[in-house]
Amino acid sequence: MARLDELCKLPGHQGIVWNVGWNQEGNILVSCGEDKTIRLWGRNVNSNDWVCRSILSDGHQRTIRSVSFSPCNKLISSASFDGTCCIWDKSTSTEGNQYECTATLEGHENEVKCVAWSASGSFLATCSRDKSVWIWEVGEDGEFECAAVLSAHTQDVKKVVWHPHQDIVASASYDNTVKMFCEEDDDWICFATLKSHESTVWSLAFDSTGKLLATCSDDRTIKIWKEYLPGNEFGVATSDNMPTWKCVCTLSGVHPRAIYDISWCHQTGLLATASGDDAIRIFRIDPESDPNAPFLEQLITVPRAHEQDVNSVVWNPCIPGLLASCSDDMHVKLWQFKG
Amino acid sequence: MFLTSFLKKISSSESKPPPEKVNSVILEKVVTVSSPVNLPSWKDRSIWTSSCRQEPNVQNQCQEIKEIITDLLRTIRDPEKPNTLEDLLVITDESVQVQPFEENGYLVRIDFNPTVPHCSLASLIGLCLRGKIQKNVVERIKLDIVIAEGKHSTEEEINKQINDKERVAAALENPNLKEMVDSCIRDEE
Repeated sequence: MARLDELCKLPGHQGIVWNVGWNQEGNILVSCGEDKTIRLWGRNVNSNDWVCRSILSDGHQRTIRSVSFSPCNKLISSASFDGTCCIWDKSTSTEGNQYECTATLEGHENEVKCVAWSASGSFLATCSRDKSVWIWEVGEDGEFECAAVLSAHTQDVKKVVWHPHQDIVASASYDNTVKMFCEEDDDWICFATLKSHESTVWSLAFDSTGKLLATCSDDRTIKIWKEYLPGNEFGVATSDNMPTWKCVCTLSGVHPRAIYDISWCHQTGLLATASGDDAIRIFRIDPESDPNAPFLEQLITVPRAHEQDVNSVVWNPCIPGLLASCSDDMHVKLWQFKG
Repeated sequence: MFLTSFLKKISSSESKPPPEKVNSVILEKVVTVSSPVNLPSWKDRSIWTSSCRQEPNVQNQCQEIKEIITDLLRTIRDPEKPNTLEDLLVITDESVQVQPFEENGYLVRIDFNPTVPHCSLASLIGLCLRGKIQKNVVERIKLDIVIAEGKHSTEEEINKQINDKERVAAALENPNLKEMVDSCIRDEE
């Protein structure tokens, strides 16, 4: 029987914990929240327990909604309801886990909801309640220059994620759609609009190949979308020589309340969801099912994983089955999947 | 710390029409798992109106929570009139419903009546209701706040907005909105 064991419960944040993320080596966990701090968690060398290694504060005036490590592991970016993004740099400090805010990205009109690094490390994407997605180019000198302001959504943009291998960004919105953007002739363009959800799309995650996308929504469904390239053998129409993203699976009736986050493990292929019913659930695509109509198999439900809404889940990039979560209950938790 | 300044380069981000699906031969597979929903959301009106069988002591606890919350809400002042929400019948004895979930959780649903069907302050009232409950109720609750069915011209839009936890959290941090909410929910000396 598959199970998800709770490894530890990490207190420290005062208020809602909104987001968690791993560094690329998977040995540092970062979290952020309502208390306007970013916390770095790592293993204690002697006891092997997970402990708070560092607290970054004084960067933001309001709730920190999202936080992530750069692909080079040297930088941390954070997005806040104060309308800015901060870049935290490790290299300028002498001590092990000390970071300093070395740049503030300003431009959004109001709350920044998410910040994400491209896999190449060349770009940063941010999104906001002001309905726009911004692409920032990362300069060699540590400067960030705005490369595009994309106003394709008609409402609040909740989350941005990058394709695992290409400079393609996908955004999820309060307008119930997902949009995808890429660079074409020096301009960033929207090349796909994914319509099927019936309410806010809260989060999204690519699989390891980047050919599948999972989305979760306030409509309490998970959807799996598949990329169909121009001239595909399945007869799925494409336009302008761009791929079509088509919904190939909808899972409803499992989550009784909004689904706030979804994470797709690039090592095991497992999917995890964070939900407003305080539960964490684990799924996988049945390998026997038709790739054009995959079946999502529910492996585990952990009811009451937290005492309040679970806001974020993220799989460790190196240790298979290690999952981090955070909640309105002010806690970060670590879990181990056993199959 | 240096502040990078930027030229807002507005790219032509005209979204293309959605890809055509007419020639698609693959049918979308919808998987519905029929598991009993014991934690309905505000979208499940039917579950809320159905009577659920409860132990007498659980029923009493729910009744108690209902009374505490109703008392908190009735004294909130209207954002633009000198009256309370109870005076204006925005909140009545029937507005609050409470159901148990798990061992010590309560599912709280509030249906409020805007004073007029096009009331522009309906979302602010929603924010006041949530703000006051968050400040005063320590029990483990799930809170859904909706406009009583058929009582507002843009009911669905407002329900979506006032139940979006992220927007609510951001709004309650906005100094101007926070001041308005605080002045409405502050208890009279």
